[in-house]
Amino acid sequence: MARSNAARNLAPGSQDVKLASVRKDIPRLDRLIHERLRLGIVSALAASRVLTFSELKHLLDTTDGNLSVHARKLEEAGYIECAKAFEGRIPRSTYSLTSAGRRALERYLEHMEALVRAMKEPE
Amino acid sequence: MGKPALSLSDHALDNLSYIRSAMERASSFTAVPGAGGIGMGLTALGAAVLASGPVSREAWLTIWIAAAVVAGAIGGVAMVHKARRSRVSLLAEPGRKFALSFAPPLLVGAVLTLPVFLTGNLQLLAAMWLLLYGVAILAGSSHSAVVVPAMGASFLVLGLVTLVCPAAWRDLTLAAGFGGLHILFGWLIYRRYGG
Repeated sequence: MARSNAARNLAPGSQDVKLASVRKDIPRLDRLIHERLRLGIVSALAASRVLTFSELKHLLDTTDGNLSVHARKLEEAGYIECAKAFEGRIPRSTYSLTSAGRRALERYLEHMEALVRAMKEPE
Repeated sequence: MGKPALSLSDHALDNLSYIRSAMERASSFTAVPGAGGIGMGLTALGAAVLASGPVSREAWLTIWIAAAVVAGAIGGVAMVHKARRSRVSLLAEPGRKFALSFAPPLLVGAVLTLPVFLTGNLQLLAAMWLLLYGVAILAGSSHSAVVVPAMGASFLVLGLVTLVCPAAWRDLTLAAGFGGLHILFGWLIYRRYGG
């Protein structure tokens, strides 16, 4: 019985083989946008070309501190750009996605979709 | 060994759904004010009641033009109020894009109103208003919440209905469009999209 289970698990297309293949890909996952809030920032900017700091904060339901930390990381990686301006006396930061950021999101989406597909393929 | 595989898949699905929701929320940003829409709708219903009474053709046109001016003012004030509340500049990208796409069909409607009125075909005038307003909303809402283009499409359908329905129904279809659709979609926007 044990032998037949082991044989089934090693068969091509089995859950274990799929899992092994998916896990092999995990190191290739873009850790920078894998983090929830950073993923949210990149996704929101992919849908709306330019968003202000306040809009992002409202959309992603987060705090000023949290948003600025994560936005800065994305900015340092070249995934988003920040333009600072004054509206009257109030400083205003607007964010937009760079082409590197868009490509990173596309790669991440492909990775997630591939993962779901691999897990859903019939044995 | 099945469990970790399922949880990986669930995690990926959860991530995809998070991305989708963040994108939807971002593109759902709309400066279109729901409360303003309701106010505009109520104005149109009032105009429809007045215009459907025993009034001259000139009075009919004046009532609807006055209603358009009042509704425009309500919409404008509500839009500025909503933008201020969301701390968003109407001159920023989404607002500017909306205005630039929304204005031309309305301008065409304003220019054609008198020539069409002079033909004496008020049914055609009503249909033209509904159709051009629908086009304006559709054009302006390419980056708005899905409810806004849906409202534009509804105006288009109603405009087409007005073209083929009996002439006596023109105030009814105007009331259904500028009144009913504004109130219905205004309420939806108010509930779901921040006022």
